[in-house]
Amino acid sequence: MASMRDIKRRKESISSTGQITKAMKLVSTVKLQRARGRAEETKPYFDYMYRAVTSMLAKSEKITHPYLTPGDSGKIGIILISSNRGLAGGYNSNIVKLVTQSGIPKEDIVIYAVGRKGKDSLVRQGYEVAEDYSEVMNEPMYQDAVTIGKRVLDDYARGGIREIYLGYTVFKNTVTHIPTLTKLLPVAREDFQVEEEASDSLTLMNYEPEAEEALDVIIPKYINSLIYGALVEALASENGARMQAMDSATSNAEDMISDLELKFNRARQGSITQELTEIVAGASAIE
Amino acid sequence: MADSNVFHLQVISPDRIFYEGDVTFLELNTTEGEIGILAGHIPLTSIVAPGILRITSQDEVKEAALHEGFIEILPDKVLILAESCEWPEEIDLNRAKEAQIRAERRLKSNDSNLNMARAELALHKALLRIEIGEHADK
Repeated sequence: MASMRDIKRRKESISSTGQITKAMKLVSTVKLQRARGRAEETKPYFDYMYRAVTSMLAKSEKITHPYLTPGDSGKIGIILISSNRGLAGGYNSNIVKLVTQSGIPKEDIVIYAVGRKGKDSLVRQGYEVAEDYSEVMNEPMYQDAVTIGKRVLDDYARGGIREIYLGYTVFKNTVTHIPTLTKLLPVAREDFQVEEEASDSLTLMNYEPEAEEALDVIIPKYINSLIYGALVEALASENGARMQAMDSATSNAEDMISDLELKFNRARQGSITQELTEIVAGASAIE
Repeated sequence: MADSNVFHLQVISPDRIFYEGDVTFLELNTTEGEIGILAGHIPLTSIVAPGILRITSQDEVKEAALHEGFIEILPDKVLILAESCEWPEEIDLNRAKEAQIRAERRLKSNDSNLNMARAELALHKALLRIEIGEHADK
């Protein structure tokens, strides 16, 4: 059995770790609330953008545009949003798994990384990382989404990539976060029409400027809004995941401490008993 | 709708719902020129150019700086999705003036790897902010 001093030292070290994890949990709880508030504020913009693009594509069947037709050459670009810091449970490894288990051959993938953890892990596994926007994750702004969107669309227009995916963690609620991979480009019309409600307003939409030109401007905005929404939601998910991880770490620490407490008491009792036995034995030897 | 003179307007930016309500008249800049919108307008989708957004509702006229985005007009409702939009009282005049000088300097510098379109856009934004900000001060 370990000595009393060893057990005590062990207990102290665990309780200080427990304090750290508890503090981290509190910090990420606050951050989560803020991130969640932002994610909710972004929602209307994103929803209306989606609806506008949907109805636009539904009402203008005959538009042909490079953003709507898949290219035939080039690689597949993935914008992958992970976090800059670890200690968030399976958050980062889940998002990386999205890419490694997507079934797309490694040579065909180009990563646009947001978040250092995801980037590092993919680089280690030999993926090609075109650009790293990790500093964005500290405080994502709409302008950041525009920068990323512009870069990706430029590459798409130049033919460097034929499809663009966005990999991020959907924030459903505080405990449920779902890593998802969605296709950004080319915009598939079939994906949209499922949601079209009974096509009530089949009024013909006029465009000023021409439809192609309008789409040229609107689709990038749509992509930007998707990226921004993903950034904000990923931030909320990250903090949610960290909060959960730290919460279970804290309760594990408490379990271990109570276990050690028991061991410590047993050891103390053992040493007292032993001392008593020795005294009694000593006394009886004198008699 | 009982009163056919009004239509529903929503102005939404990434950070917030900027304006929502029934209005009678709306003026703004598009890439094709200035347009005014009354209820019953034909369906139209257009690209917003930086300019002043003037909202006339029953009892008041409101102005705001509208920078980038697009507008979807339907007979009874109008939706503006703006990348950035601000009320006059939210504009920092000094900062806008600094931005103007910076943009002008960049445009004059004749740097070959300068993104002209971007600098011009920055100048436009700054001028618009100044215009609408000074307007509010009077």
